[in-house]
Amino acid sequence: MRKYVIRRVLLFIPTLVGVSIVIFIILRVIPGDIASIILGGPSGEGAYSLEELEALREQLGLNRPIVVQYLDWAWGVIRGDLGDSYLLSRPISDEWRRQFPVTLQLAFFTALVVSAIAIPIGILAAIKRDTWLDVVLRGWAILGLAAPTFFVAILFILGLSLYFRWLPPVGFVNMWDDPATSFQQLIFPAIALGFSSNGLLLRMTRTQLLEVMGEDYVRTARAKGLAERIVIWRHAVRNALLPIVTIGGFQIGGLLSGTIVIETVFNIPGVGLGLVRGLNARDLPLIQAYILYFAAMALAVNLIVDLTYAWLDPRIRYN
Amino acid sequence: MARQPEGTILQQPLRAQAPARWRIYLRAFSRFMRTKPLGAIGVVLIVMFVLLAVTAPSVSPRDPAEINAYNILASPTGEHLFGTDMLGRDMLSRTIWGSRVSIFVGLVSMLGASIVGAILGVTSAYFVGKFDLIVQRFIDALTAFPSLLLAMALVAAFGSSFYNVIAALVIVFTPRITRVVRSVALSIKEMPYVESSRAIGAADLRIMFRHILPNTFASLIIVSSGLIGSAIVIEASLSFLGVGTTNLVSWGGLLSGEVMQFFTAAPWIVLFPGVALTLLVFGVNVLGDALRDVLDPRLRGRN
Repeated sequence: MRKYVIRRVLLFIPTLVGVSIVIFIILRVIPGDIASIILGGPSGEGAYSLEELEALREQLGLNRPIVVQYLDWAWGVIRGDLGDSYLLSRPISDEWRRQFPVTLQLAFFTALVVSAIAIPIGILAAIKRDTWLDVVLRGWAILGLAAPTFFVAILFILGLSLYFRWLPPVGFVNMWDDPATSFQQLIFPAIALGFSSNGLLLRMTRTQLLEVMGEDYVRTARAKGLAERIVIWRHAVRNALLPIVTIGGFQIGGLLSGTIVIETVFNIPGVGLGLVRGLNARDLPLIQAYILYFAAMALAVNLIVDLTYAWLDPRIRYN
Repeated sequence: MARQPEGTILQQPLRAQAPARWRIYLRAFSRFMRTKPLGAIGVVLIVMFVLLAVTAPSVSPRDPAEINAYNILASPTGEHLFGTDMLGRDMLSRTIWGSRVSIFVGLVSMLGASIVGAILGVTSAYFVGKFDLIVQRFIDALTAFPSLLLAMALVAAFGSSFYNVIAALVIVFTPRITRVVRSVALSIKEMPYVESSRAIGAADLRIMFRHILPNTFASLIIVSSGLIGSAIVIEASLSFLGVGTTNLVSWGGLLSGEVMQFFTAAPWIVLFPGVALTLLVFGVNVLGDALRDVLDPRLRGRN
């Protein structure tokens, strides 16, 4: 196990470096002179003097060789110093630190919602295979996959405002300050995001359980006269859950981009909304830093999932 | 007849028996429609939306940009089947015109990604070595991103416009297609017929594009048809977030911006474009699933 962990972690580092290089190329090299883009504003029509342009170039260090710029930026990322957001004239890392806990709480609630909905429904669909219930549940899953997250979120707000007079709150309260209010304001966004991202997990749970139900040891368990309930829960579900952990993990990776959309619709002041505001203002230093952090989180989730998987299934370690 | 050389006599009855090409395709198509009901629904939905998109200028009752200050947020009636928005624009016309962006983006970005991905995948598998290594590392780094996030970064770099969104989507999806094509091409490369064509002195280019590439098409179609749906959703999401095709009528854009202040009072301004978008993605996804079942021999005979 230790060997596997070391190998997997060592593989993580070059991927992260590759990702950071790709982000640097995309957001620093492709756009050309980012100082003039920032000063020009999102429409590219802002007026500025040559002195201002030169000063900003100097401030962003754009006059240095590109490799030096990359190394300087990468070193800053490691130290947690991401430079200043041009739009807000504040350190980007302060912004991130303020917004990140909000997104984390949303992701936490959503993960709860997704696993509470998708896994039991998937198991139900597998047990009731080929009945009308199975067809309905699978149709729901396909629809959940097809409906874009932002539309699902809008439908939620529509339904909630019509029937419960509920509207997205204006302020935001942290989970640790006031759990009840926090639950109230995050549960609907979490359900909306959960609905639009549970389709894959549901389908996966169903196929996986069906596959396991065809295994020899399930037949043996039935043959020795165990109750169907015990066969399903003790013998089949426990073994089927393994790959579901993996998919669940990838779902969290996918949730990260879902939070961007959900935070925009529900006006939740997390990192997703921060990124969208940066995008609309074309605040390239902020976009660059945020996207790197998002990608690093997605990679870290994948790593954790792989390790969990190896821990659960010894066969993987020796491959 | 008797004077004709033997070869022609033999060929004639054979040619008469073999049905025309289009007849074979038609038969295969009707079998597909009968055995894959969900896929058939997908075909119907897609055909409907493509027809609407192509004929939008003549089908839509009004100019989608026509403003009418005296008739804002009107609920659906005979005059405006889908109602009007906060500027009095006809939602039916706007929904019809919105289909153009989604369908064009979905098809063109996937075509672009398929072409680039197929070329990269085949050459990378054929030449292996250093070229393969560099291409693969690049692809690893690109696939490490969530798709929407990578698309956002690229649009931020290129600037938001219709063609930049398509370019971004091509870059987002090329790595996924390259991976699949490369893995298939690696196994085809070892086939005896590739070896024999090399033995008779075929050039590298000919082997790659006449012998290997066509045999990767089934897998290529499976991946790319599966990705069209995500391409459409990503374009809509970008437009919704205000960084996509901002100057055109698109379904994502129809749900964004100041619409957010009005839709609880006038649900029709979001319902129709949103449902249309969902139906199109649904159609594309179920057709992709059905195609995968038909084309992937490993899944054949399984439900």
